[in-house]
Amino acid sequence: MSVGLGHYLTVAAILFVFGVFGIFLNRKNVIIILMSVELMLLAVNINLVAFSTFQGDMAGQVLARFVLTVAAAEAAIGLAILVVYFRSRGSIAVEDINQMKG
Amino acid sequence: MELTLTDIIFYLFAATTLASGMLVISARNPVHSVLWLILAFFSAAGLFVLMGAEFLAMLLVVVYVGAVAVLFLFVVMMLDINFTELRQGMMQHMPLGVLIGLILLVELATLAFAWNFGDDVAKNAASPTPVDATVTNTEALGALLYTDYIFIFQTAGLILLVAMIGAIVLTHRDRTGVRRQNIGAQVRRKPDDAFDLVDVETGQGVTLPPKKG
Repeated sequence: MSVGLGHYLTVAAILFVFGVFGIFLNRKNVIIILMSVELMLLAVNINLVAFSTFQGDMAGQVLARFVLTVAAAEAAIGLAILVVYFRSRGSIAVEDINQMKG
Repeated sequence: MELTLTDIIFYLFAATTLASGMLVISARNPVHSVLWLILAFFSAAGLFVLMGAEFLAMLLVVVYVGAVAVLFLFVVMMLDINFTELRQGMMQHMPLGVLIGLILLVELATLAFAWNFGDDVAKNAASPTPVDATVTNTEALGALLYTDYIFIFQTAGLILLVAMIGAIVLTHRDRTGVRRQNIGAQVRRKPDDAFDLVDVETGQGVTLPPKKG
């Protein structure tokens, strides 16, 4: 059985589940949560490119580029918020964030 | 069942991606997590090359490994965070995480088996891959991006601009006690503002006038 669409989709599905699992496993550490989100977006990108290749439609790759763009922007903003939060609280424990609600 | 070279390379890259993905979320040290993330992105780029999306693969290496991962590394190493404290109670959320992960996996697997392509799906491609083998992946992508998808492309640029300005505004802080050059004040300055001539009588001493702004 040669490698086909199903193989790539399986890899992407497992990677996505790892991302979700990582969010639950590291509930307190925002940095790891952000990395888990990056893993999930990577899984989505693998899906998009796999469908694009095996369907012969370039639109999937264009879309994957935009996902990449948004992921980069999200990482930059997320880390900036993290730095500001750390400056004001001296910790990055997410569980304390609800104390900020006014 | 015969494994071709492409298949072996696929399994190699897929296994590396998944293993390093697992290590990203389970590594003790966040610096190691970032390094595993870099490896995951590299091997995912390898998968992209296998699928014929060379441009996206290079983009993944440049953007993720070159920018995002380095940004993560900077933040992890710059902030003085007590990571052992953050790891407390990790096992407490483990059962729920495993449960939800398993449910998600079963759902995805169910979908994968209960699904197939429609008959006309290949005919309905929004922007078919060029059949001409001389057109490279980058060329085909560029031809699409600057024509059919130009407005989304511009919006993506706008998103990046907003993200850049947002990150700068968020992390910028005004320090007190920093003396900056004020060119306008320098140019407006006249000799009269700067000094006074005082006639001092011999042996009388002098009372200095209040300092001018």
